This record gives sequence, structure tokens and C-alpha cells, in this order.
Amino acid sequence: MDGFPILSLLLAVPLVAAVACLFLSDNGARWTALAATLVNLALGVVLWLNYDIGGAQWQFQESLNLFAGFKYALGIDGIALMLIVLSVFLMPICILASWESITRRVGEYMAAFLFMELLMIGVFAAQDLFLFYIFFEAGLIPMYLIIGIWGGDNRIYASYKFFLYTLLGSVLMLIAMLWMVGEAGTTDIPTLMQYDFPAGAQTWLWLAFFASFAVKMPMWPVHTWLPDAHVQAPTAGSVILAGVLLKMGGYGFIRFSLPMFPEASAQFLWLVLGLSMAAVVITSLIALVQHDMKKLIAYSSVAHMAIVTAGLFAFNQQGLEGAMVMMLSHGLVSGALFLCVGVIYDRLHTREIGRYGGLSINMPKYALFFLLFTMASIGLPGTSGFVAEFLSLAGIYEVSSVATFVLTTGIILGAAYMLYLYRRVAFGEQKNADAAAMPDLNLREWIMLGPIAAAVLWMGVYPESFLAPMRKDIAALDARLARAEPAGDARLEAGAPREHAANYVESEGHHETGGKSEGEH
Amino acid sequence: MHPIHFIVFLPLLAAIVGGLTNKAAPAVFTKGLTTGALFVAAVLSWMVFLPFVAGTAEAQVVPVLQWVQSGTLSFDWALRVDTLTAVMLVVITTVSALVHLYSWGYMEEDPDQPRFFAYLSLFTFAMLMLVTADNLVQMFFGWEGVGLASYLLIGFWFKKPSANAAAIKAFVVNRVGDLGFMLGIFGTFLVFGTVDIPRILEMAPAMSGSDITFMGMRLYTMDILCILLFIGAMGKSAQLGLHTWLPDAMEGPTPVSALIHAATMVTAGVFMVCRLSPMFETAPVALGVVTFIGAATCIFAATVGTTQWDIKRVIAYSTCSQLGYMFFAAGVGAYGAAMFHLFTHAFFKALLFLGAGSVIHAMHHEQDMRYYGGLRKHIPLTFYAMLAGTLAITGLGVYHLGVGFAGFWSKDAIIEVAFARGTEVASFAFWMGVFAALLTSFYSWRLMFLTFWGKPRWIESEHIQHSVHKTPEQAGEDTTGGYHPHESPVSMLIPLGVLTVGAIAAGQVFAPAFLDSADFWDGSIFYNEPLIHAMHGVPVLVKYAAFIVMLLGFVIAWYGYIRNTAFPAKVAEQLGPVYRFLYNKWYFDELYDRIFVRPAFWIGRQLWQRGDVGIIDRFGPNGAAWVVERGVGVAKRVQSGYLTSYALIMLLGLVAAVTWILM
Repeated sequence: MDGFPILSLLLAVPLVAAVACLFLSDNGARWTALAATLVNLALGVVLWLNYDIGGAQWQFQESLNLFAGFKYALGIDGIALMLIVLSVFLMPICILASWESITRRVGEYMAAFLFMELLMIGVFAAQDLFLFYIFFEAGLIPMYLIIGIWGGDNRIYASYKFFLYTLLGSVLMLIAMLWMVGEAGTTDIPTLMQYDFPAGAQTWLWLAFFASFAVKMPMWPVHTWLPDAHVQAPTAGSVILAGVLLKMGGYGFIRFSLPMFPEASAQFLWLVLGLSMAAVVITSLIALVQHDMKKLIAYSSVAHMAIVTAGLFAFNQQGLEGAMVMMLSHGLVSGALFLCVGVIYDRLHTREIGRYGGLSINMPKYALFFLLFTMASIGLPGTSGFVAEFLSLAGIYEVSSVATFVLTTGIILGAAYMLYLYRRVAFGEQKNADAAAMPDLNLREWIMLGPIAAAVLWMGVYPESFLAPMRKDIAALDARLARAEPAGDARLEAGAPREHAANYVESEGHHETGGKSEGEH
Repeated sequence: MHPIHFIVFLPLLAAIVGGLTNKAAPAVFTKGLTTGALFVAAVLSWMVFLPFVAGTAEAQVVPVLQWVQSGTLSFDWALRVDTLTAVMLVVITTVSALVHLYSWGYMEEDPDQPRFFAYLSLFTFAMLMLVTADNLVQMFFGWEGVGLASYLLIGFWFKKPSANAAAIKAFVVNRVGDLGFMLGIFGTFLVFGTVDIPRILEMAPAMSGSDITFMGMRLYTMDILCILLFIGAMGKSAQLGLHTWLPDAMEGPTPVSALIHAATMVTAGVFMVCRLSPMFETAPVALGVVTFIGAATCIFAATVGTTQWDIKRVIAYSTCSQLGYMFFAAGVGAYGAAMFHLFTHAFFKALLFLGAGSVIHAMHHEQDMRYYGGLRKHIPLTFYAMLAGTLAITGLGVYHLGVGFAGFWSKDAIIEVAFARGTEVASFAFWMGVFAALLTSFYSWRLMFLTFWGKPRWIESEHIQHSVHKTPEQAGEDTTGGYHPHESPVSMLIPLGVLTVGAIAAGQVFAPAFLDSADFWDGSIFYNEPLIHAMHGVPVLVKYAAFIVMLLGFVIAWYGYIRNTAFPAKVAEQLGPVYRFLYNKWYFDELYDRIFVRPAFWIGRQLWQRGDVGIIDRFGPNGAAWVVERGVGVAKRVQSGYLTSYALIMLLGLVAAVTWILM
């Protein structure tokens, strides 16, 4: 693979296809988009297979000087690799999800999606600070169009809200970036990741980046754009939004905030943990009372992403890896849940939970998939959700038992709102004749959901495939963070071990020694 | 390939193949596949278990697959086989195989049989993964897996709102326990740097004097870890406080109640405490908690059981109560006795549930004992099986003759060992245990007398009325209404027969190994030899205590339900408030509904409507939009196009700038 510009190819394929789609007939655009995303999926697999685990930190590097120190520089480490693989995996599924439901301006729609793919891969592959910024911000445009043109009834409000929210944070990030380049004299991301910014400046830089990433994540309380955007977006838009766009915030933290500003990250640890704790409890409770399926899953996304932010700021390997697995897992699971909503939305054209019921009877295959993704969402062991949750929380526990306790209540609330949703949709009597008449999954929908289900189980049973490429990069990050690592709240202090077991009784006679009295405080 | 591979993975394979086939093949395919797999697994399990009894087998760990490796935290899929696991293997696979067979008859008319059998096998797989776990995380995998299967099976008849509610309740309440379990695992990893059970048990004693901060409190390390893990056990084993899901779980089909909610899943908590017994032995406070909660559950559930009318609910509360016995046995250090009671209880409680299922089957799905009566003449084989189960649970046996039913051996041992232990909390457990034995005898015989003795009362039942198309008035004198219950088919009677043998003999045969043999346990649990000696040395009166109260309970039940049938109603009336308190299960459900369920929904609505919409959106994006709109309005007015107003603004600006510079 030496010297072959595979990353550029990954960007070029959707770009060419996007332009082509603008000029093609509806069906031509559909097939072109599908073919292009499948080619990219194949390239993604090639990328994964050729990634040298344990090799150089940055691989597949390409660099081209453009003007005024602005470089077209690409390259990936294991973290970026996994997120690129996630993106190219979800794209063909999105195209399939839009196959029949999008009938208006199909060419433009497909072009927007392909352009979106280009930008997503660009974000994860960029090695130049400004190149990253361009990809990062430009991602807003196609999503804004997808929601604003092909969205639901209230799409204009939702798309503006989405755009303004995310743009506001980005402006601050741009200013910070300009300052950083002036200070460090380079726009090269790998170099900046090793650069030690003065502690005082770190605080401001961290906050500026935080403003952008927190909105993208989204963290409580700047999350209110997400439910609206999801509700109004077409199914595939929601899949990409939940599956990949939300991951850009987490990627930003792991690529910029943590390695570039370790001291500031430690300084703001409690801000992040506090907001994460608030998010888990608050958004889970809100999810419990939703009537709109997409809103419910959107709120659950906020709760899940809070585990990501908390895990990232655990300053240890488990927390970081758990956060990464959570990003991948959530990308698959919430994407799949939105697809599940889309499947029945396409049939009945309502997201109102109460309009369904008893779908296990007429749609047993659908009910099985929905159950699997529900269980993955609530972190049942054996699914990807568990590995993610377990590692993140185990990592956070080393920092704070209080935070872990609050975050772990999410497993109770998560079970409550997801099972309550599942009950209302799949169980109960078939009280609506039109819902009862809906046919089960067709072949196209099988092809959409099947691979995600397989991936969810794979990641749950043998996550090593996904952890191995990231291990070295995360260990390196962990090592860089070590100097700022906060002391945990456990403060374990050894004492003289007890002489006897708790229920020690002497061999002869019945009176006890040791035992209970010793343990009283 | 080790036989354990087949024992564990055959049920999984059968569940997947049978479940995915579902209705594509005749139901008999899935039924045959899953039942066959389970019988093979059961035979293999006994082949694994018996060498442990004979003392010729060695503990071993069979690796399967790498699972997670993250920094210093790593755990793999592996199957551990030692004495403790082997005991659980025979319990799980035997009862599961019999329940599979029983379901051929019981579920005969159900249109969704393949799904049912696939769930049963899936459950069995998860339970087997739980008991073969070599690390805490795999145990948690099994733990949640059985939770999922339990959820699916409780809600098997998913059209019934009550079944759905019960299924969700079971899952969510268990998750409260899981919160403790997970924190316990995290804490264990923090302290020991591993989640590997053997290594934790090895290192635990050295940590017994250390202390740690948890949620701002300074506590003994081992005590807080064990209490957190025990909270997990409380959820799964339905101990006081987290027990509310178990009675509701009776919404599931009766074979499910026998397998999951009596013999296997609910004992997982006891298994966990026994598996980690060397760790718990470093935590005296935690063991005090275990003993206290066990004893309290034991008496609580028994009191509630005396007042219920639903035959399955009586047995469910009985299960809850018996689990309490197991926990306080473990709490006072008699892990062998706890496991022994788990073992015998699996047989006689599965028998009682399957017997109840047979009664329900005969009675056209009527579960209210007020509408039974005189059934022993109609379904004699079921009657004899239930009789054996009742004699086993009440613990009929004579110490000096050395003979007795299964429960005699295990329950009496627990009561004796609590006495022998002699600490304050153990004495509390002893007295609660004795009193609960009285109540156990009473409610068990009450159930028998109401069901099998007296005159038929079933014409009052709506289920029967639908069947015979008669109202009580039309039936007149004939309180059977012409309905004649039939004995169950042979597929249901065989499991009853096998379990009857277990209920009679399991105690007698295995008592020497389980109670008195350190060699048998071979280090798989903490075996407290001096305590067992002390147990054998308790006064004769203590040895007969359970026997005496058992007779007393029998006599009271006989008086109230055979001799003077007006008596119970009179007592209930006399003790109105007490009766209502017990009948309403100490009002736990009402309490939880008020303080957890309803507030959660209310707070959720407030956070959404007032928080997100009313505050964040109003002052956030909508507020910003409002400001921009206003700002545009001002800007529009300013850009009037009149030269004079521009000049005025310039002048004002100039003045302001000059002032600012000069200041």
C-alpha cells in the first residue's frame, strides 16, 4: 500500500459520484450513490486490513503544500481508522434507507449524502488544523440541507436551530485555532498534539474548543437542537447524524482537547463530569415521557454520549477505550434504532408511539431486530453497548465513585425508557387496524439491519477486533495525560489484615472471637 | 472438547436454530431440538457431577475465547468446572430438561410454542454461563442473560398488559440490583486490579484490614465491596426491598415459574455469595447484612404467603422466603448448607410449581384457590406429587431416625447452624427461621387443603363458567357445574414423577457430601469445619424446633381449612389491619409507585416541558432569535436613508470616541 493515496481516493469517490448524481435521473442517482458508497466501504475494508497494528502512529500519510502554509495533509491513526470504518459502513445503509422514501429531488439528495460522506472521512483523516476545520464546519451544510429540504413539517425551524447552535461554538474554536498556530508556528495536528501550551493559555483554548465540541456531542444543556433535528430529519439523515456527526465532538475531545491541553482538561474535569452526570439523569427521565419515537431515541443519544464524555475524562485506558467503543457502538445501535423507526414510519407515516402496538404479531422479524437493538442500547452483555458502558464506567470509577454511581443509574433509567418504548410498539394488543396490517421486513430492509446486527454482536462478543487498532494510540494518549492525571477519590489504605475469617469459630465450644464486633465502626 | 462445551453451548445452539426457524417448520421441530439438547446436557452434567461426589474429579478452567483487554483490565470467555459449578450444572440442566418436557403438555395449545422453547433454552444457556464464570464480568453476562430470558418469558403472553408490566418490572428492579453489582465489580477491579475470581479470592484476606472512600464515606474496603455485590444478589434473588418483581413474575407460563423463578435464576444470588465466600469471609459487616436481609426476607415473605389466594403467588412468596434461608445460612458461614438448600429446594419447589401448573391445567387456567377444592379425587397423581413436595418443603423428618424428606435435611441444618453460630444477628436469623418454618408449614398445608380437600367450589370461577356455559344459579347444588378436571398428559406427569423422587430422596442421599465433607467442596467454597461441628452439637430441642413448629403449622392449617372452615375468615376480620397489611404485601408496591415510579414520570415531564422547552430553548436559541429579530428592527430604523440622521449618528459616535480617548 506504500504511497498509494487511499485516503484521497476515499474522498474522491464520493465527490465524483456526488457531482454525477446532480445530472442523473432519479434511479441513476440512486444506483450511482449506492455503488459509490459500496466502493468506499470496500476501500474502508482495505484500509482496515492494511492498517499495521503496532506500526507507526500515523499511517497512510499524504501531504501537499497548497498556499501560505496551508497543507492538504491526510493520515490516520487507529482511532481515526475505526471512525472512518464506521462512516463508510453506515453510508450504503443510509442510501438504501432512502431508496423508496425519498421521491423528490433524488439527485440532489444523493449528492448531499455523498458530499456528507466526503466531509466525514475528511474530518477523521485531516492532519492539518485548518483542513480539519473546513471539513468539520462544512459538514453542517449538507446536513442543514438534508433536514431543511427533505425533512418533516417543522424542518425550517429545526435546520436553523441545528445550524446556529453548532456554528456558534465553531466560531470560538476558529479563533482558538488561529492563536494556536501563531503560538506553535505549525498547523500540523500530530505536532500540535505533542506541543506543550502554557497552562494559562490552555484554559482559554480548552474552553473555546469545548464550546464547539460540547454542542456537537451534544452535552447537556446545549443539546436541545438534537431532538428537533432528529425528529425533522429523514431516516437516513438521523442515522448519519446519530451515527457519525455526533462522534465528531468526541473525536474532537480525543484529538485536540485532551492531548493538546492536558492540564486544562484536568482542571475542567468536574465541569465535564458534572454535565455528563446531569445529562444522564435528566435526558433519561425526559426520554421516559416522550410520545415521539425519534425524540425518545434522540434523548437517549444524549445520555449515551454523556458516558462518552465522562469516559474520555477518566484519564485512563479503560475510560478512553470505553468512550471510543461507546462511540462506535452508539453509532451502530442508535443508527439501527433510527432505521427501525424509519421502517415503520415508511409504512404508517407517524412517529407517534401510541399509534403502534402488537407489532410482534404481524412483524415478528422486525420485532426481533428491534429487540436486539433495544438490548444493545441498554447495554446487555454480549452486545456492543455493554463493552462500551462497562469499560467507560470502570475507568470513571478510578476517578470518582460518586460520578460512577450517578452515571450508572443510567442503566436503570435506560432499561426503563427503552423497554417501555418496546412494550408500546411491539407488545400489547394490535389496537390499530392499519398498524396491524403492516407487512414484515422486505429484502431491502433485511440488508440494512442484518449487517448492523452482526456488527453489534461481534463488538459485544469479540471487541478485540475493534480495540486492537486503537490500543497503542490510546496508550500513547494515556501516557501524555499521565502528568495531569487526577487522583482518584478511593484513597485505598492498607491496614493490618484480620487474623480470622468473619465467621471464625473455635474448634471446641461455641463462643465466637473476632467476627461481627470487630467490623463495627 | 470438554463435555462442558456441550453442556453450555448445546442449549444456545438449539435456541438459535429453533428460534430462528420459529414457524417455518412444524412446532415439533423446535420442541424436539431444544428438549433433546437439554436432555443431552443433563446427562452430561450428571456425568460431570458424580465424579465430584466420588472425589475423583478435579477443578479446571476451559478457555473459550478472548473477550476484552483494556490496559490492565482483561477478562476472557472461559468455563470453570469445580464442585460448586457441578452442583449448579445438575440443578440447572435437570430441572430445565424436565421443564422442557413438561411444556410439551402444558403449552400444547399455544400457537407460539417454538418461541417459548427457544426462550427456555436461551435462558438455560445464560444460566450455565453464569455458573461457569471464572471472572466477575462473565458472571454478569450470565446474570443479565437470564434477566433478558426472564423478561421475555414473563412477558411471553405479550398481549396481556399485566404480563408486559410484570416483565418490565422484573427487568428494571433487577437493574437496580445490577447497579450495585456493577459498582462492586468496578470497586473490585480498583482494589485488586483484576476481575478474575480465583485471584480476587486469593488476595482478599490481605485486604481485610484496609479502608477506602466510597461516595465520600470512609469504609472498610472488603465490607463495601461485598455489600455492593450483595445488592446485585438481592435483586436477582428477590430479597427484601428488591423482591417486588418476583410475585408479579408469576404472569409468565407456569413452567417458566418452575424453572426460572424457583429452581435456578433466583438462586443466582446465593450462588454468587457462595462462589465469593472466601471474599465475604473477609467482610464481617457485609456478612451481617447478608444474614439480616436473608432472615428478614425469610419471615416477610412467609407472612405474606399465608394470606394469598393465587396458588402461584403462594408458591412465589414461599420461594422468596426459602431464598432468605439460603442467604442467612451463607451469612453465618454455612455456605455448604446454603448450597444444599439451594439444591434440594430446586427439586421440591420445581415440583410444587409444576404440580400447581398441573392443577391450573386441569382447572382451565383458574389460579384462585378459593375456586378449587376436593381435587385429590380428580387428579390423584398430581395430588401425590404435590404431597411429596409439601412434605419436602415443610421438612418432614425425624432427627433420631435419620430419615426425612429433602427439606428436612437442608432447612433444619440451616436453622441449627444459625443457632450454633450464636452471634446477635445469627440468633435473630435463628428465631426468624423457626417462625418462618411454622408459617411455611401453615401456608403449604393451607394450599394443599384448599386445593385437594373439601368440596369442589369451582362453579364460582369464571374460567370454569366459560367452559361449562353455566352460572352458579343454573348449576344449583352441583358445585362442580358438571366440570370434571382431568389428570394431565404423560409428558407433564413424568417430570412430576422424577422431581418427586428428588423431593423425597435428594436430602437423604446428598446430605453427607454437601454438609459434612470438606473434600467434596474441595475449596470451591469457604468451608467452615468447626462451625459444622458446632452445628451437630446443638441441643436436641433445637434439632426438633423445626419439627415441632412444622407440626404446629400443620395443625393450625388443618383446623382452619378442614375442621372449622369459618375460622380463617373470622381471624382475618378480628385482625383486620394486620390481615390487610399482609394481604397487600406490606404495601411495598404502593410505596414504590409513590416514591419512584410516579415521581420519575412527573420529573421527566417537568424537565422536558419546563427545562428543555421552557428554559433552555426559550432563553437559548429562541431567545437569541428574538434578540436578532429585535436587533434587525433597530438596524432597519437606523438605516432610514436620511442624511441628517446619519450625520447625527456620526456626530454622536465622534463625541463618544473622543470622550473615551480623553478619559
